[in-house]
Amino acid sequence: MVELPVARPSVGAAGKTGNWRLFKPSIDYRKCIKCLLCWMYCPDGVISVSGEGLPVIDYEYCKGCGICAEECPVKAIEMVKEVEG
Amino acid sequence: MREFLTGNYAAAYGVKLSRVEVVSAYPITPQTSVIEKISEFVEKGELKAKLIRVESEHSAMAAVIGAAFSGARAYTATSAQGLLYMYEMIWWAAGSRVPIVAGIVTRAIAPPWSIWTDHSDFMTLRDAGWAMLFASSAQEVLDMTIQAFKLAEELMLPVAVGWDAFITSHTAEPVEVPPQEQVDYFLGEKKKSPVAVDFENPFAHGALAFPKDYPKFREDIHRTLKAAGEVYSNIERRYCEATGHECYGLVEEVFCEDADAVMFIMGAAAGDAIHAAGELRRKGLHVGVARIRSIRPFPRKEVEKIARRASKVIVFDRSYSLGFGGVLATEVRSVLHEEGVDTPVISVTGGLGGSDLPPEYFEKIFLKGLGV
Repeated sequence: MVELPVARPSVGAAGKTGNWRLFKPSIDYRKCIKCLLCWMYCPDGVISVSGEGLPVIDYEYCKGCGICAEECPVKAIEMVKEVEG
Repeated sequence: MREFLTGNYAAAYGVKLSRVEVVSAYPITPQTSVIEKISEFVEKGELKAKLIRVESEHSAMAAVIGAAFSGARAYTATSAQGLLYMYEMIWWAAGSRVPIVAGIVTRAIAPPWSIWTDHSDFMTLRDAGWAMLFASSAQEVLDMTIQAFKLAEELMLPVAVGWDAFITSHTAEPVEVPPQEQVDYFLGEKKKSPVAVDFENPFAHGALAFPKDYPKFREDIHRTLKAAGEVYSNIERRYCEATGHECYGLVEEVFCEDADAVMFIMGAAAGDAIHAAGELRRKGLHVGVARIRSIRPFPRKEVEKIARRASKVIVFDRSYSLGFGGVLATEVRSVLHEEGVDTPVISVTGGLGGSDLPPEYFEKIFLKGLGV
């Protein structure tokens, strides 16, 4: 059997990557129109969809890349600087 | 069917008969006519393949790796600087376990510029995890190219098939082209590739491996290639049974059985060495030629057996590990040392940049080896 150098989907294979984050995406649910572009664009798959159809960010693994904030068409996601300590 | 083919055209026929699905290459002398002929087959509809034109050899190799990730049978060919330009992707191919085949029409490396043969370019593949076969005639280029696809798909590793610039690549010889049914029978149904995209069970290529995981991938390639001698021999035997073509094994032995001095050599010049050995035999001197057809897997058992019988071993290299010496000689010495064979080994390097290797040259080397 060949040792294939492939990666299968799994949660947190590289540890809790949330602590790599410098800026934290913060969703203003009053502005959110549930388009789910953030969910689709998140490169780390850390945004899930709640029962009400709202995006929910898993901060344990979100690296704070900011792609969701960039893609949000109604500017409902703000990147907030993480506080040290 | 018997055709009059150059080594490069023979490679193209091998690709066509193997029903390759994706070909990507960038032209470089002396490889160019391989791809020109394949392009002609595609244009005429004789080969149903996608020919991807790219802007560099790096992209050519990347394209065939990508094709293999889609499950396609893929081929490329290059020479010298082109091979060096694709070198990053060469390692990527082996590490990713893609079963691709690359024709390497050996050409000396610049500077100074040269378009003529030596094996320095081919030898750069030595540590990269590729299987490496070397042909010495147009017939062998065709046969080996077809065998290489089978080998690649069994090992899940890329396979390089080398042949000498101009001497083999551009010299036309009668070549027995096997009927399509024989090659189809030999290659069999293409199995689903384990590296191909699978929408039901998704996975990613090119992930990061932490130190605890990294070594097992290298060890697996090492083990696979070390054990590949038997795999290739079986493949070659099955090919020869299907086509009726000649079977040589990892090393072709000519006059070796009772030889006092045996010369290990690879590629087209082996023909001149064999001619020289024949001349010396007529004068009563017992010399033989062992033509190495595979560098990876290295024919350890064969080299040991041949060297044990002889009283002198000559290893002829058409490349250098600059600052150290002949590459083949180093490997032969290493095997003999490990196996406890104390036959003296003489290393000779020559024929660089296409410099001529006439039979008289080999006669002199044999005489020197015999101490006559």
